[in-house]
Amino acid sequence: MKKIVVIIITTFTLIVNVHAGSDGELVLKKNEPSEIRDCSETFNKASFALNQGLDKVIFKPVSSVYRVLPSPVKSGVSNSLNNLSNVVTIPNNILQGDFAMAGVNTGRFLINTTIGVLGLIDVATYLGFSEYVKEDYGQSLASLGVGPGCYLVLPVLGPTTARDTFASLTNFVGGDAWYNVTVRNDTNYFRDSDYYISRVTAGVDFRAKNFDSIENLEKNSLDFYASVKSLYLQDRQQKILNNKKIIETQDDSDWEEIETQ
Amino acid sequence: MIKKKLLIFIIIFFSISSTSFSIEPDIFVQSTVNRASKLLGENISKNEKIEKLKLIAKETVDIKGIGFYTLGAKRKNLSEEEKNIYLNLFEEYFLKSFSSRLAEYTNPEIDVTNKEKLNDNYTIVNSVLKATKERPEINIDWRIYTKDPNNPLIRDLIIEGLSLARTQKEEFASVLSSNENNIEALFKVLKEFSNN
Repeated sequence: MKKIVVIIITTFTLIVNVHAGSDGELVLKKNEPSEIRDCSETFNKASFALNQGLDKVIFKPVSSVYRVLPSPVKSGVSNSLNNLSNVVTIPNNILQGDFAMAGVNTGRFLINTTIGVLGLIDVATYLGFSEYVKEDYGQSLASLGVGPGCYLVLPVLGPTTARDTFASLTNFVGGDAWYNVTVRNDTNYFRDSDYYISRVTAGVDFRAKNFDSIENLEKNSLDFYASVKSLYLQDRQQKILNNKKIIETQDDSDWEEIETQ
Repeated sequence: MIKKKLLIFIIIFFSISSTSFSIEPDIFVQSTVNRASKLLGENISKNEKIEKLKLIAKETVDIKGIGFYTLGAKRKNLSEEEKNIYLNLFEEYFLKSFSSRLAEYTNPEIDVTNKEKLNDNYTIVNSVLKATKERPEINIDWRIYTKDPNNPLIRDLIIEGLSLARTQKEEFASVLSSNENNIEALFKVLKEFSNN
């Protein structure tokens, strides 16, 4: 009887491991940037041009002021936004089966919201919590094996994929606690504008952090649209795989053929 | 007897010299970064910095290898003459793009933190660009081509996991696909970039 149990457990573990391995490869292949089609290129390029205009008029000037604010102010804003994003990350940790990380992030959220004064100070990191990694509903769908679909550039919101756009709708039907307490439900504590201000601030924070890189990229690109698309899809692939070591997952065969020494 | 001694001497000499000149990829990256950083901190004009950075790039980057990689599968269909034209144009484009990007920084501090040998041809060297008031710390990985261990060369920079060579490759592919895969169109764009 004991033997049978051991055999069953071993067989089950092996099957699960095999499936996990092939799923990983599948997820990698499906999210490979070169495999993702730009189905609505004309629309995307028009959106891209619109976003570049908005960036020039709004985001760039605002972020150029924001980036010269004192460091404690910027890190406080950045910490608060990260803290707030936990309310989406935690359910996605659970959806992806990463219960341990859901626990860690719940602890992080509670500590930073209370001792860290509404997230302004990242006390959890001082206490030795692991590096915070954001998760969203698009990543959860990807981890379940859903492919990205076509590449999209949305007006104002920027680059995304069909899967991620669809998944982000979850935020508006109860999947984002911050949206729920600000826009969706009337509460005495928050207004709709709190949500929108936080979203715009997150955009400005991102733009300011990448100010020089974006300027440099635009100045030195032969095709800025293609560069942004490539960088976005590479970044997305990495986030889905939760792997910073993209070198291990990339197909290096193209390099192997090139002999110059 | 003398011949035998001479032969042994030659074998020993070459084995010693080949090991003593071998450069570890992490040391190569740190010394390259230090050279560039020192140059960027110098009190000279931006144009002078760009010219000196180009010299460093010519010595330390496998521009030809990156050029072929960037061209993707298209390189297999080019004639020898087209390949030569492309490589010349690519080198000009690359040096201008690379040096003008770097010349924007003043005294960047980069510390090499680790290295990982992928195979005999490649080692990835990890480094960190230290944070400043304007931007956070940035992780930069270097793909070093080590087929000739005495002359390691940079083939890619992977910034926060995003490969610059790969981005450039997809950019070139986009230029080609929007011009019916005509290599002349890419030549034209490269020339325009270098002349501006």
